[in-house]
Amino acid sequence: MTQQTQTPGTSASGADDVLVRVSNLSLSFGNVRALRDVDVTLRRGEITAIVGDNGAGKSTLVRCISGVHTADEGTIEIDGEKVAFKTPEEARKAGIETVHQNLALVEDLTVWQNLFLNREITRGFGPLRVLDRGRMKRAAEEMVSSLSVNVPAVTSKVRRLSGGQRQAVSICRAAGFSDGLVIMDEPTAALGVQETARVEELIQRLRADGHAVLLISHNFDQVMRLSDQVWVMRAGRCVAGRRTAATTGEEIVALITGAQAA
Amino acid sequence: MTSVTQEAPSTDDAPPPMPADSWRTRLRDPGSWAEWAAPVGFVVMVLIFQALNTTFLSLGNVEAMLAASAILIVLAVGQTFAVSTGGIDLSVASNMTFSAIIFGTVFGSGAPVGFAFLGALVAGTAFGLLQGVLIGRGKITDFIVTLGGFSVASGLALVVSDGQPTTVIDRFVLEFATGSVWIIGYPVIVAFLVAAVAHVLLFHTKFGTHVLAAGGSEEAATATGISVARVKTAVHTISGVCAGIAGAMLVARIGAAEPAANTQFLLNCVAAVVLGGVALVGGRATIIGPLFGALLLTGLTNGLTLVGVSQYYQPVAVGCVVVAAAFLSRYQK
Repeated sequence: MTQQTQTPGTSASGADDVLVRVSNLSLSFGNVRALRDVDVTLRRGEITAIVGDNGAGKSTLVRCISGVHTADEGTIEIDGEKVAFKTPEEARKAGIETVHQNLALVEDLTVWQNLFLNREITRGFGPLRVLDRGRMKRAAEEMVSSLSVNVPAVTSKVRRLSGGQRQAVSICRAAGFSDGLVIMDEPTAALGVQETARVEELIQRLRADGHAVLLISHNFDQVMRLSDQVWVMRAGRCVAGRRTAATTGEEIVALITGAQAA
Repeated sequence: MTSVTQEAPSTDDAPPPMPADSWRTRLRDPGSWAEWAAPVGFVVMVLIFQALNTTFLSLGNVEAMLAASAILIVLAVGQTFAVSTGGIDLSVASNMTFSAIIFGTVFGSGAPVGFAFLGALVAGTAFGLLQGVLIGRGKITDFIVTLGGFSVASGLALVVSDGQPTTVIDRFVLEFATGSVWIIGYPVIVAFLVAAVAHVLLFHTKFGTHVLAAGGSEEAATATGISVARVKTAVHTISGVCAGIAGAMLVARIGAAEPAANTQFLLNCVAAVVLGGVALVGGRATIIGPLFGALLLTGLTNGLTLVGVSQYYQPVAVGCVVVAAAFLSRYQK
């Protein structure tokens, strides 16, 4: 039912929609060249997948975009402006949110407390600021219901939630505070069939809301099902880029293993 | 094409609608027994001692118990912050002694009592801050830092005082130690105020949420941009502030600044925190729990004396109660 947005070419605006442009990015850890001249672009309103074998450099690339690593060479542009994040905090301020593989949720805090973790709304003056719990709870309700996330109540503790619900809370937090890019590292790796379907729905909703979504996944079916654009990485290089609708799972696998040259 | 599977309301992965924590479900869950160990234990203890000896709940005895628990409450509040982050502060009691000695020294030099109090507060805070920096920035385990701090603070107390107690005779101090509103002594009021401020700090500020987040999951806290090092520094500083206040209260209570070890305060304040249902692994805490824990431990000692149990048995009883509380907390989920 989401086919219309996936068709290539219909996004007539094309390059105008580019949110993140990575050019000639290189990064070495000692003698290991983790990234070599990587070029990728991520568009608004699209799900972009990065695939590759373990050690191909996917995570390193993502960590450069999210501010965990700083590249040795090359540039990252957001909306045409060069950025050089030194910390994840800086990337977050620029509207880049990451859904971590471990979800980064505190089990003993409630859903709303997790949604507003380190972004708490307070009231009062100067050092005498107290939490505006009521406002955060209401805002959390809105965040959760706007994405139709199936979470019992924003006042329940995360400890009580299922794996899929936790994933949903984590995605909801990223989506609620990002005005640009949401990065997801293996978002359904630990989930069952039903929960995976729900989280995929949620990811599609983010796209419909105009977010750019960067997806790292080992699940080719999922990549083919969700993404609009696929970038293939091998040995630190970005070896190919394909519109998802114009490629096949077999071709992607061949590109990953190097059986087929780009 | 997948709409069928997506829309089918799954019954197995969607958990049942969360029932609001009713008292029924709470009663069945041993975890909440651990959380309520201190208040429940407190009520049970009061009933037993009152049955055995009717003077237990006489106004005079209640007043004495409250007065005896004031210092412990303040220390337990400080300890709660350290434990909330999954740490511990083994130095609180010696830091209190050190602060008391500074109080005595400043007072002995002829300064007004206000300066003596300030001296105690600054000494306790500075010592806590130093330990916090070593733990947070220096990344040394809090167990080791505060164990060392325990020794250093006791030593410093002896060095500064030259091993001699300083008598503190001052009208204001005496008034503070003996005055009361009905049966609630001024030191008790101070202890309750400290607890109230701590409660607001822990549950109604950004900082408090970050303390619980850092204790609950250091990884998640870091990922959301919370500086765990800063949180750890802060909680040990708070523990130091409480030790400083407790030091001044100790001087007022005994009328002198003594370089005594006061080790029973360390055991009892950790015990009060455990009894109060604060998780030793961090992330889960209340202030009211340790407050009841402190009242319970003081009441236990008092009650055992009243019913004529040898005081040699009292540490045994305290130890057993604490281990029992820790046993209950195993069921906490």
